[in-house]
Amino acid sequence: MKKNRLLFLLPYLLWIGLFVIAPLVLILGYSLTDAHSHLTLQNFAAFFSGGTFLRMMANSFWYALLITFFCLLVSYPAALALTRLKNQQFWLMLIILPTWINLLLKAYAFIGIFSRSGMVNQFLGLFGIGPVGIMFTDFAFIFVATYIEIPFMVMPIYNSLKEIDPALLSASSDLGASFWQTFRYVIWPLSWPGVESGIQAIFIPSLSLFMLTRLIGGNRVITLGTAVEEYFLTTMNWNMGATIGVILIALMLIVMLLTSRKQHKKEIEL
Amino acid sequence: MEIIKLDHITKQYDDGFVALKDINLELESGKFYSLLGPSGSGKTTILRIIAGFTEASAGKVYFDGQDITNLDASKRHINTVFQNYALFPHLNVYENVAFALKLRRRPESEIREKVKDALHTVRLDGYANREISELSGGQQQRVAIARAIINEPKVLLLDECLSALDKRLRKEMQFELRAIQKKLGITFIFVTHDQEEALAMSDEIFVLNDGEIQQSGSPVDIYDEPVNDFVARFIGDSNILSGRMIRDFAVEFAGKDFECADAGITPGEKVEVVLRPEDLDITAPAAGKLMVTVQSQLFMGDHFKIKAIGQDGFEWLIHSTNGVQIGQEVGIFFDPEDIHVMRLGETEEEFDARLETYEGED
Repeated sequence: MKKNRLLFLLPYLLWIGLFVIAPLVLILGYSLTDAHSHLTLQNFAAFFSGGTFLRMMANSFWYALLITFFCLLVSYPAALALTRLKNQQFWLMLIILPTWINLLLKAYAFIGIFSRSGMVNQFLGLFGIGPVGIMFTDFAFIFVATYIEIPFMVMPIYNSLKEIDPALLSASSDLGASFWQTFRYVIWPLSWPGVESGIQAIFIPSLSLFMLTRLIGGNRVITLGTAVEEYFLTTMNWNMGATIGVILIALMLIVMLLTSRKQHKKEIEL
Repeated sequence: MEIIKLDHITKQYDDGFVALKDINLELESGKFYSLLGPSGSGKTTILRIIAGFTEASAGKVYFDGQDITNLDASKRHINTVFQNYALFPHLNVYENVAFALKLRRRPESEIREKVKDALHTVRLDGYANREISELSGGQQQRVAIARAIINEPKVLLLDECLSALDKRLRKEMQFELRAIQKKLGITFIFVTHDQEEALAMSDEIFVLNDGEIQQSGSPVDIYDEPVNDFVARFIGDSNILSGRMIRDFAVEFAGKDFECADAGITPGEKVEVVLRPEDLDITAPAAGKLMVTVQSQLFMGDHFKIKAIGQDGFEWLIHSTNGVQIGQEVGIFFDPEDIHVMRLGETEEEFDARLETYEGED
């Protein structure tokens, strides 16, 4: 029996070993060596001493924060409304559907929509405005990134809202709470786990977005993700690229720790 | 003093299902009421209409003389203990109980004082810092009561709130609920499908079926004088036989004539006769009013439940403190007052009116 179980585990272990552990070790190895494979902390020193990298890091953080914030702003009310609709499965389907389309395809579609002769400018033209340069702006980058990430925010929030016993809302109202009080003291805290996984699912990947920065942001938006790509593919400085990668991983860990921190309640003496 | 009044309340759902048909009831303050009925009888709907969670299709709800039909649940001075307690899982005991006061932004010192009192009332002193998930069902039940009484409501609604507890704990909580109600001196409206619970705790019971009040009255009245066979069957065990009224104070059933305590029914009218199993005494065959053959017997601890077949084939249920031999022929004896005659299709008002004609006010 025990042997069998190990056998079933084998594909998973192989996968973990080859595609999770090994790359992590390799990245860490590259980041701690120079071009001649000598052990050194030079890369990290370069990262934290030069203003460029720190600015890039701050940039990544800032954009990821904005994207996550706008996602939450759109997704939470949408998820809340969704739990009160009749054909919930159908509406959910409509939200999930865009995730089935290739990311690159969606990016190119937005290039069409936002371009000087695109739909948005045609529409603005009706009012005599424009054409406005929308492509390659911060707005375009954040808009498209938000659009792409929304389903990953709606799903976990919807699921956690679904799990709230409707009797709790009756109880809250029974005890004198208005709708907003019920939202603040009951719905929001109980749906927090969903918000938390939504934030993790969006903020972390947003830190290292690079395709969108290139296609929609027109390389004006430089994040750590763009830098990694640059170092690995253009300047071929794998050691520096790996260093940025390690720092990204560390940032992600910090975000996860921060969002999943348990609150300690203070004891009450009666 | 009247605290709650339902005036011609009707509830029809969107799909056409009629949950309540013209409910009228008046509840006095400081009493323990039960709404008793099988599932789907409309008892929980009545509770939800009083609490403000459900809107009546027609009719008015009065609280303390004021029309509250369209008042939001959050503004009614009525609190509810929910079926599965509906305690907030992200808050601990103290925060759950303090919830209503925190909403009102009462000063911290007042909140502490009141939470302490409420927890003391439900005998949960020292549990303030526990998480809800750490509590047993009975303790959660008490927290739910403490949370609901913190606002000092004039009416407390309890929705089948003992049904999730095991039998021993349920009995214990019955005593305790009654004690809490006496201590607070407020009106309790208790919804249950368990007739024993309703009989044990209530000042007055409303028996409901199919969205209508079948009978209301004290537990003793309802048990002793069920108005129809639904009430007779639903409240306690009973033997219900079809019979015929001979004249006032005489009725015929099981092929014999008997003296009874009922009157005001047309001679010759078909009636139903109820005999409670604990009112039947087992005697020697010659001394009994009827002869039966014992078919089976269950020992219940404090009494035996005996099934016996009468000469006309009727299956009698008898409660006896002494056991009998299976297959034995025994007599059963009962007094005229033990026979309760029910007219077919008689409403509660007609029943009360008839009772008055020969019993007078008592």
